[in-house]
Amino acid sequence: MSSSSLEETIASHETPGTKYYPPFEVTAELEAEANDRISHYQASKRSATLPLLHIVQHKFGYISAEAIDWVAQKLDLEPIKVLEVVTFYPGFRQSAPGKFHIRVCRTLSCAMGGSYELMEKLCEITGIDRSDSDSHHHPISVSPCGKFSVEFAECLASCGMAPVCMVNDDFHESITPEKAGALLGKYDV
Amino acid sequence: MITYKKQPHPREYRLIFKNVDREGWDPSIECHMRDGGYEDLKKAFSMEPKDVTEEVKKSGLRGRGGAGFPTGMKWTFIPPNNTKPVYLICNGDESEPGTFKDRYILHQDPHQLVEGMVISCYAVGAKIAFIYIREEFPEAALIVEKAIEEARAHNFVGKNVLGSGFDVEIYVHRGAGAYICGEETGLIESLEGKRPYPRIKPPYFPAALGLYMCPTIVNNVESLCHVKHIIHMGGEEYAKLGVPRNNGTRILCVSGDVKNPGYFEVEVGKITMRELLYDMCGGPKEGREFKAVIPGGSSSKILKCEEVFKIKNPDGTTRDLAFWDIPMDFDSMAACGTMAGSGGVIVLDDTRKMSWVLNNLNAFYAHESCGQCTPCREGSTWMRKISDRLVAGAATAKDLETLESIAYQIDGRTICAFGEASSWPVEAIIAKFRDELLADTTEDVADLPKNPEAEAQVRYLESV
Repeated sequence: MSSSSLEETIASHETPGTKYYPPFEVTAELEAEANDRISHYQASKRSATLPLLHIVQHKFGYISAEAIDWVAQKLDLEPIKVLEVVTFYPGFRQSAPGKFHIRVCRTLSCAMGGSYELMEKLCEITGIDRSDSDSHHHPISVSPCGKFSVEFAECLASCGMAPVCMVNDDFHESITPEKAGALLGKYDV
Repeated sequence: MITYKKQPHPREYRLIFKNVDREGWDPSIECHMRDGGYEDLKKAFSMEPKDVTEEVKKSGLRGRGGAGFPTGMKWTFIPPNNTKPVYLICNGDESEPGTFKDRYILHQDPHQLVEGMVISCYAVGAKIAFIYIREEFPEAALIVEKAIEEARAHNFVGKNVLGSGFDVEIYVHRGAGAYICGEETGLIESLEGKRPYPRIKPPYFPAALGLYMCPTIVNNVESLCHVKHIIHMGGEEYAKLGVPRNNGTRILCVSGDVKNPGYFEVEVGKITMRELLYDMCGGPKEGREFKAVIPGGSSSKILKCEEVFKIKNPDGTTRDLAFWDIPMDFDSMAACGTMAGSGGVIVLDDTRKMSWVLNNLNAFYAHESCGQCTPCREGSTWMRKISDRLVAGAATAKDLETLESIAYQIDGRTICAFGEASSWPVEAIIAKFRDELLADTTEDVADLPKNPEAEAQVRYLESV
């Protein structure tokens, strides 16, 4: 699969958050980081698919067609083998989220603790419209300014301290709807 | 960041969680070694690998991930004439709703896990081990990677560990947010860089064919931590904890409608549901009453608080066991028609509508079905659609029948246990709260066309 046909296949689109992330670029640092990960899997390079995608997403915010091509080349795979991984896992995304991506747990204990109300409150403060989102194809909604985005996540494994959420890689527990403003305040710089 | 801290309840027996929330404790190797860390590894190296396995078998340890399968026995399933490399995988995918124990081990006591893993690798002859950590624990992945580096610097990991001639490498592998990766063969596929579609059984255990088609042992984080303590105490001594066939301690995670939710490490079977929810968790919230409990992670069948179960005695007679007197162990839970599962206890009080609870769980399973088997892929989504209608007040009594029949058609017809996981909550909630759910339904107002063909079709459908 060439890059151009990949571009047609993947569901990437421009979002207000795109401006906060650098465009995909292969640097010496990226190569070194990838090679280090690949060295963990002596028996099969393909095992490094998830780790490499994590590196890409962490640096560039999302996984573009170019990035899929690069990962495939690094691991001697057909790009489709990488794309099918990207489309399966909820943790990988093909478009930019906001600068701060908020994942709110919506599973039972958190829902009982008020996570749906928390989501409403977060959307209200950040001006995010979730009306066109769905849990499968479009789970992420970005604020008009691109600074914040929200997503409902399934169980984040902290049910006793419900409701919980994550902002990028930071975990926050016992975030009742009243604490939504204070939480966003920490990131509103 | 974890800010929650909890002092152990007097009824707790802290073995795995000894250092969680401990004053002056940090996850560094120095702290771990000041407390006698890695001494158990040295002890294990003074034994033959098969004797380490023997101790684990004697301990009666049952897997803490959900299925409760004896850990020592799992280890012996590696083919005796095996010439391929053996792998050990620590399942840190912790994603069963209601469960939140591994998070604290990974964050606060990573060396306990690393030590348990090196001992286990030695026992099963694995030179490479992976810790599969769910994507939602990015901080834990960094902490554990640092712990492995520290252990390497002290030669507890790497070449010729402590001069024993045994080499072992441990790597962290991060998942990407899929519940199905908790299923051991799905996890292995994910580690191979693929979609995590669970593998067809047999072979029933990856110990026969696992990672890269080599013998692979997959154990839960908590189970591997227990191995360290089994070597420390000796298998027989460890087996004195808990009750017969349900040995050791286990961490119960209580969430939902109780005054003080949280984690409690107790001897298996030594406390009852009443003691857990009233004495340890402080009872229901002000002015409310307990209604039902999901006792072992969201996939386990729900129990009503006023239920009385008929239990078979070993001599064939039966006795009554009230919900509140159920001991928290594997066998008692199974006898009551549910399972101790992953130890995630979700408590519901009288303010909760069961249609809403059912819909929340259906949404989870519909989202997390990997899509490999048709009954599960189509069924879980269909069940969610029906319960969506139920909470919206637009479902009919017939919908409820359909919902129940879908659940029974998934159960037992899929490659992995996700089929059961997604259908058991539906089966149990409908069976136990049928009247409450029926009260949420509406009259069937389907507007059928008035013509002879349509009427003939209706007659036909009613006749079959």
